[in-house]
Amino acid sequence: MQPYKPLIVAFCCNWCSYAGADLAGNNRLSYPADVKIIRVPCSCRVNPMFILRAFQRGADGVILCGCHPGDCHYTTGNYYTRRRMSLLFSMLDYLGIERERTRVEWVSAAEGAKFAATMNDFAETVAALGENKRLEDLRCKK
Amino acid sequence: MQKINREALIEKAAALLDAGTVDRVLAWKRGEFDYDVTPGLFTTREQMEAELVFGDFCGANMSKYLIKETLKGEGKVLVFLKPCDTYSFNQLLTEHRFDREKVYAVGIPCEGMLSVTAIKAAAGDGISKIDVTEEGVVVETLFDGTKVFGHDEMLAERCRNCKSKRHVAYDELMGEEGEVLDSARFDEVAKIEAMSSEERFAFWQGELSRCIRCNACRDVCPACTCEKCVFGNPDSGIENKAITDSFEEKMFHIIRAFHVAGRCTDCGECSRVCPQQIPLHLLNRKFIKDANNLWGDYQAGEEVGSRAPLVDFDFDDMEPGEAVIKNGGEQ
Amino acid sequence: MRAISYAKLDTLFAKIAETHGVYLPVEGKKGTDYKRWEQGDVYSTALNSNRSPKDIFFPQSENLMDFKVEGKSIEIVDTRSESEDFVIFGVRACDVKSIEVLDRVFLKEPADSYYENRRSHAVIMSMACTKPAETCFCKTFGIDPAEPMGDIACWVDGEVLYMNANTEKGEALLEKLEGITEEASADAADTAKALITERMAKLPLAALKADAFGAGKTQKYFDHPAWAELSEACLGCGTCTYVCPTCQCYDIKDFNTGHGVKRFRCWDSCMYSDFTQMSAGQPRLTQLERFRQRFMHKLVYYPENNDGMFSCVGCGRCLAKCPIKMNIAKVMKTIGKENDND
Repeated sequence: MQPYKPLIVAFCCNWCSYAGADLAGNNRLSYPADVKIIRVPCSCRVNPMFILRAFQRGADGVILCGCHPGDCHYTTGNYYTRRRMSLLFSMLDYLGIERERTRVEWVSAAEGAKFAATMNDFAETVAALGENKRLEDLRCKK
Repeated sequence: MQKINREALIEKAAALLDAGTVDRVLAWKRGEFDYDVTPGLFTTREQMEAELVFGDFCGANMSKYLIKETLKGEGKVLVFLKPCDTYSFNQLLTEHRFDREKVYAVGIPCEGMLSVTAIKAAAGDGISKIDVTEEGVVVETLFDGTKVFGHDEMLAERCRNCKSKRHVAYDELMGEEGEVLDSARFDEVAKIEAMSSEERFAFWQGELSRCIRCNACRDVCPACTCEKCVFGNPDSGIENKAITDSFEEKMFHIIRAFHVAGRCTDCGECSRVCPQQIPLHLLNRKFIKDANNLWGDYQAGEEVGSRAPLVDFDFDDMEPGEAVIKNGGEQ
Repeated sequence: MRAISYAKLDTLFAKIAETHGVYLPVEGKKGTDYKRWEQGDVYSTALNSNRSPKDIFFPQSENLMDFKVEGKSIEIVDTRSESEDFVIFGVRACDVKSIEVLDRVFLKEPADSYYENRRSHAVIMSMACTKPAETCFCKTFGIDPAEPMGDIACWVDGEVLYMNANTEKGEALLEKLEGITEEASADAADTAKALITERMAKLPLAALKADAFGAGKTQKYFDHPAWAELSEACLGCGTCTYVCPTCQCYDIKDFNTGHGVKRFRCWDSCMYSDFTQMSAGQPRLTQLERFRQRFMHKLVYYPENNDGMFSCVGCGRCLAKCPIKMNIAKVMKTIGKENDND
C-alpha cells in the first residue's frame, strides 16, 4: 500500500506567495506534489466559501498564503484576511474540525525557502491527522 | 409579566395616528392561541382594539419589516421596539437598509419573552390558555387541568441571558430607560469550547443534522437582508434546498453565521424560529465572543455608523494561528 | 382484532423486524422523529413527530441517477435498488391520510417509480390518538382519529395495544404475529375510541369547517382582498412546506461531484422566491402570490383535481412551527368567513 498522502490546497496571493512558490521551484527546493496551488489576486480575495469548498472537494488541509502584513500589493488586503481567517478558523475549531487542517502563512516573493518549508511542514501535520472526515462531502468521493 | 400592556400601546398608537404623525402601525397581532402572535400592520384604532396584543409572546423583532414597510409610501410608520430590537434597528440603519425619516420608533420596556417550546415541553399537548401572573406562568390545559411554572424557567434562552434593557434608538420612550446588563450569554459557548474536538464535532453534528433547510433562520434574521442570497443562486454551486450530504448544512450555517459576523446583534431570532430547535445563536455568539476577545468589545447596533471588527483592522492584530488557540484554548 | 400487552411492544417490533424493516417515532433530544427501529429504541407516544412520515416515502433529497464522465463518453448509472419490505408503526390518523394525498399525486399514471417502489413495500400501522393538541383539526377534513386508516389500525387502552387489520396487507402481517398476540373482541377498543371522540370535541379548532372550500372555488377566492393582510408578515421561508405531511413539490437538480454528476431531487417550497423559476423569471412575483398558491392548492386546486379531497389533513404542524404564526386555520377562518352569509 502506498503511504497516505494528504491533498493540500494552497491559496497563494499573486504578488508575494505565488512568486515565492516560483522561487522555490527555481531554486529546486522540493515540496509535496499534492499541494495544489490556487492563485488569487490577494489573500483578501479568499472568501470563506472557497475554503469550505476546497474541503468539500476533497482537500485534507487548506493553507492561505499572502504578503507579509504591511507589504500587501493593495496596501491593506492581508490585514482583513488576518481578521477573517482568525474568526473562520476558530469557528471550524469550534465545530470540531481539527484546527491543524487550516493555516495562514505570510510568504514573500523572496522567501522560496520558507514556502517550501511551510508546505513540507503543513503536509506533514495534515498527514498525521489522516483523511479529512469531518468536513467531507461523500458525493465528491470517488 | 410585561410592565406595559396592550391598552397603553393602543393609546399611544391611536394618538400618533390621530395627530397625523404616522399613518400605519407595525405591531403584534392576536393569533389562534394565547401564544401565537403574528407581526401585523394596523391603520385604525378599531383594528388595534380588535387585534393588537402585547404580552409575553411578542418576541418577534419588528426591525426587519421596516425595510419592506418604508418602501410602501410617503407616510411614516410607527414601530414599537423592545430594547433588543433597537440594536437591530440601528444596525439596519448603519447598513442604509431603510429611510429613518419614514419611521417613528417608540421604545417599549420588555421583561423578557417566554419560550413557547419550553412551555409546550413542560405542559404537554392541549394548551388552552396561558396567563402570566405573580405566581408564574399559569397554563390551562384541555385534559390535564392547570399547571403553574416558574416564570424564569419558561423564559426564552435569549431573554434569560438578556444583554441589555437599554433602548439604543427611539423617537419616544415609554417607561424608563434601562441599563446594559452583565449577561452570561457566552457561558454556553465557553462550555462547548471546553469540550474535546471529538465532542464538539459530535455535538454540532447532532444539532446541525436536524436542519431541514427551511431557511427560516435566514429569512427572519435582521442582518440577512441581501436581495438575493448566495444560497438562492443556482450558479453558486451550493444548492438552496438540498441536504443530500451532511456537508451542506455545515456549509450553510458556517457561511450564514460568518456573513452576519460583526453585524449580528445577537437578537436570537434565528433560534426562536428554528422549527428543529437548533441552537443557532451559539454560532453567532461564538463569532461575537471571539471578536470581542481578539479586538476588543464591540456590540453591533449600539451606535449607528459604527465600524464592525471585520471591516476594520489593526497593524498588530494577532495571527490567525494564535487567535484560534486564544479563542479555543490549548488542546 | 388482536391484542398485545403494551409492555411487550419490543417483542412485537422484534418479531416484525425478522421480516421487515421497522420505522417508528422515537423521542430524540429535541422532539420526536421517525427512525429505523433497533433494539433499545422506545416507541414515542408524542402526537406529532417533527418531520412527518412523508420523509420515508418521499425523502427530502433523493439521488435519482449518476452520470459517469470518462473522456468524451457519459455513462448513465441507475442508482435505484428495490426497497425492502417495511412497516411504519405509530402513524397518526392525519399522517395516514396524508399518504393517501401523496399517493394520488405520485401513483397517478405515469406513476413515480421511486415513490412507488417504497410505497408498495410498506405496511402502515396507524395509531389512534389519545390526547390531541390544541393545534389539531383533522376532523375538519373528515378524518377520525378514533378510527385511523392504514393497513393495521392500533389503539392503546391502558396496558393493552389493540390491532385491527384494514387491508389484506394488514391481515397478512397480523397473521404472522399470531404467535405473540391474542384474540380480542371486536369492541375491545371502544373505550379508547370513545375517549378520543370526547376529547376531540373540546379542541379549540373543533368547529373549523372546510365546507366553504373545495373544487370550483378558484374564481371566488383568488382575488379575495384578505390575502394581502394574511400574507403581509410571511417571511417566505419553507418551514410550513417542509413540516407538512402533504406538500409534494420538488425540484430536480444536478450536482457536479468533480468526477461526474449526480442527479437528485429535493423538496421545493412554493414559498421560496425561486420556486418554479424559469428563464423568463418567476411566475409568482410577490409573497402574496406565493402565499396564496400554497393555501389555494391545499383547499381548492387539489380538491379540484382529486374528487374533492383536500390536501390538508389538519395535523397542526404548521400551526406549531410557523415563525410568524400564520397558518391554514387562520386562512380558512378569514377567507371562508363570508361564506356564512351565502
